[in-house]
Formats: sequence, C-alpha cells, structure tokens
Amino acid sequence: MDDMKDLVLNYVIKEYMEDGDEEITYDTPLISSGYVDSFSMVSLLVFLENKFTIKIPPEKATPEAFDNVNSIVALVKQYLK
Amino acid sequence: MSFSEKIRGLYQTQLGEIRNAGIYKEERFIHSSQAADIEVEFPTGAEVKKVINMCANNYLGLSSHPEVIKAAHAGLDTRGYGMSSVRFICGTQDIHRELENRVTEFLGTEDTILFPSCMDANAGVFEAILTSEDIMISDRLVHASIIDGMRLCSAQHDTFKHSNMEHLEEKLLLHADKRIKLVITDGVFSMDGDLAKLDIMVELCNKYDAMLLVDDSHSTGFIGKTGRGTHEHCNVMGQIDIITTTFGKALGGASGGCVSGRKEIVDMCRQKARPYLFSNTIAPVIVSGVLKVFDILSASTERRDKLEKNTAYWRKGLTEAGFVLKEGDSPIIPVMLFNAKLSQDFSRDLFSRGIYAIGFFFPVVPNGQARIRTQISAGHEIHHLDKALAAFIEVGKKYGILGLTKEQIVAKYGL
Repeated sequence: MDDMKDLVLNYVIKEYMEDGDEEITYDTPLISSGYVDSFSMVSLLVFLENKFTIKIPPEKATPEAFDNVNSIVALVKQYLK
Repeated sequence: MSFSEKIRGLYQTQLGEIRNAGIYKEERFIHSSQAADIEVEFPTGAEVKKVINMCANNYLGLSSHPEVIKAAHAGLDTRGYGMSSVRFICGTQDIHRELENRVTEFLGTEDTILFPSCMDANAGVFEAILTSEDIMISDRLVHASIIDGMRLCSAQHDTFKHSNMEHLEEKLLLHADKRIKLVITDGVFSMDGDLAKLDIMVELCNKYDAMLLVDDSHSTGFIGKTGRGTHEHCNVMGQIDIITTTFGKALGGASGGCVSGRKEIVDMCRQKARPYLFSNTIAPVIVSGVLKVFDILSASTERRDKLEKNTAYWRKGLTEAGFVLKEGDSPIIPVMLFNAKLSQDFSRDLFSRGIYAIGFFFPVVPNGQARIRTQISAGHEIHHLDKALAAFIEVGKKYGILGLTKEQIVAKYGL
C-alpha cells in the first residue's frame, strides 16, 4: 500500500512540482491548493491507468478524487483486479 | 419577485467571503485619456490625483495617438458608428477585410479572421478546429482566455511545465496516437514577462507532427526587430500555424482581436467559431483606428525601439536599486514581493507617491509569487521612469527589501 502511495507521490512531485515548491505529503491538497490544475490531471490519469493496468471511468476521475495522494490511491484500489 | 432575500443573501455571503479573503476587486476611475500621465479617482469619491501609469498594456503609446484618433474620427464619418450585425449577415465592410489583410501581411501568415476580442478568438478557435480525437497540450502559464477556450472544446487536454521543453517533448510522445496534436503557448507570458521558446517549440512540433498556437497579445507590434511578434524574435516567422492576438494592447488599445495563420484554420473559424458567428462585428471606428496603427508601425520602428530602450532603462534601474525581478526580454517587468499583503501595501504606497502600479497575488499568480507588475510604454519619457524609480526605491526602503534575496524577503514577510 505504501509502495503504491510512494509511487503516486513521486510521480506527482516529478510531474507537477516546480523548484521552490513546498514539500508535499500524502494529504497535501493538490488541485484545491493550485498545485495541479484540472487540465493537468490527464497525465496523472494516463500514468495510473498504464502503471496499474486499470481503466478509470471519466466520471470517477474528478478533481475531488484526485485532490491528494491518499484519495488517488483509494480510487486506484477500486479498480485493481 | 424572483430575486428573493434568500438569493440576495447567498450572493452577499459570497461577496463577503471575497472581501474577507482580501481579493475584492475595485475599479479606479480615470478622468483622462490613456497615457503615461493619467488622472485617477481612488478610492471612489477621492480627489482626482495625477499619477504616472506603470501598468497599462499601452506598450507603444498609441492609445491616444493623434493620428489614430484622427483616423478613427474619419472612420466614424465615412463608415458610421455601428453595423448592427454579425460579420456573415451584413456586418462586413470593406475595411474589415482590409484590416484582415493588413494583419496577415504584418504577421507573415496566410490569412486572418477578426474577432470582437482576443478573448473571443481564444474562446472560438479550439472548438472550431478540434474534436475529441485530438489533444491540446498547453504551457501551464497560458492566459485565462486560452484555458476558457480549451474548456469549450471537446478535444482532450494536457499541460507541460512552464517553458520546459523536455516536458513538452514527453507530452508529445505520450500523446503520439492522437489525430491532431496542438501545442499552445503565450508568446510573452502576461504575468512573468518571459518569452516562449518558439524556435525549440517549432522544432519539436515538426519532429512530432504537431501544430503550434501562439497567443501573441503581449507581443504584437513591438517584440522582434520590426515588431512582428515573438515569432520574429525567435526567427520562426511563417512557421507558426496559428497566432491569436489583440488590438486592445499595443495596437491602439481599443478592442478587437484575431486568429491569423493557416488558410484552412482561418476558414474553419469563419464557418464554426461561435464568438465570430454569434457576436457583433468590430465597430468601424475601431477598425479605422487599427488600420492607422498598422500604417504607423509599417512606416517606422521608432516606437518599438523607444520601448526597448525604456524597458532596458527601467530594468537596469530596478536591478541596481536591489529589487528582485523576473528575468525576461519584454516590457512586462514584475517586481517580486512574494507576500500578498506586502504587494498590496507596496502598491498603495506607490499610489500615494504618484505612481500607479498594481499588486498581483494568488490566484492571479501562483501562491507565494505576489508581485507588482510594471509595464513600460513608448509613451513614457525618461523623467517618468526616473520619478517612478525614485518612488519604488523610497517604498522599497520603507519595507526594508532593497538588496534582499527572495529567501530573505520571504523570511521577513512570509509567503
């Protein structure tokens, strides 16, 4: 579980964080705090789907579900076989 | 009555929240024409105050140029006040097509279509040319109007880190399977003042079979040796598929915008772009004024040359005084203060010293990136810049930030 969290966290850091941004944790709000805009979520979605070989329905890929690493991992787990 | 007390209360609560967050916007009434010297009533009801304007998009100082005003008067006399129509019904005059041709020639593109504003151009262009089979890949700092335009379009969207060409390449690879890939950027970024790396972007777009759209609203008329825009500066004229730009900034500053680029793209906009189809034509008086602006720009580069000199002078002055600036080659020069409240206090103190410059903070700029955005004009004379610089230094001393690094300012005032 923590491996999955770290995998997602590391991806979020690499994909979205800029030099000088504060450190983020599993709970840091990503979208509501402005780190990730809703357009940029598509990369995260593609990453999750490829990495875990799952298909997340578009209606489930909401800004709320993607707002922190914990909620993202919870969403992924719903679709893991 | 449909506007019940309950609904009124709802809005009052929301407005209260905006006020409490310190982001309630108030207009400042200007009692003069747009220029380096303006007369401002602020706060409302206060005595009108003469100030130097350091925050207009009037880059070439043409907003109140006598020749432009004269041409606008002539347009009013010969072509009337309004057209009472959209373009394709009975709203296209000879001068509308003449302006489209002038823009095409000036930008070095294949064709141009006018829109009521560049906001409208950006709102219309994506939906007109893309479908759900396609992908829009935009820089993360593009203007709000592009973001709105992308929201109206059924194509998929993704972003790349600001001006990060490696990240853009990753995204082009990631979306290699899409029918059309459209890379989207500002030419000059309005909040930071830096220029897009169009030469590299053109290379990447060629390599990965993608189109490139540049919003050159903060460039057209003055960036590049003859003011054609960022594509001239980066030596890629003729290689940008779509340029959107405005007449509301350097080109007279009234209103209106356009999509200029590949002939078929422009044609698609003429058939399908909703702000073009369902919004009124640009008023003849404005078209006449902008045509004169192009006459002025085509006759001489004097104004953009003066703007370049003024910009260098202003940047050097602020740097030597010890302010933290954003790097860039444009007349947008952000003085970084990082803390939102400090940016507001700084702006207020400048105003009391006769300098009009606005503080920007989240959500207009990223959190912890508050700043005073200064914008230089060819309408500024050295004495304007000297007076403004003296005021900046005075206020900078008051807050003890001169010579401090970003980290030191943040340590003193917080983010």
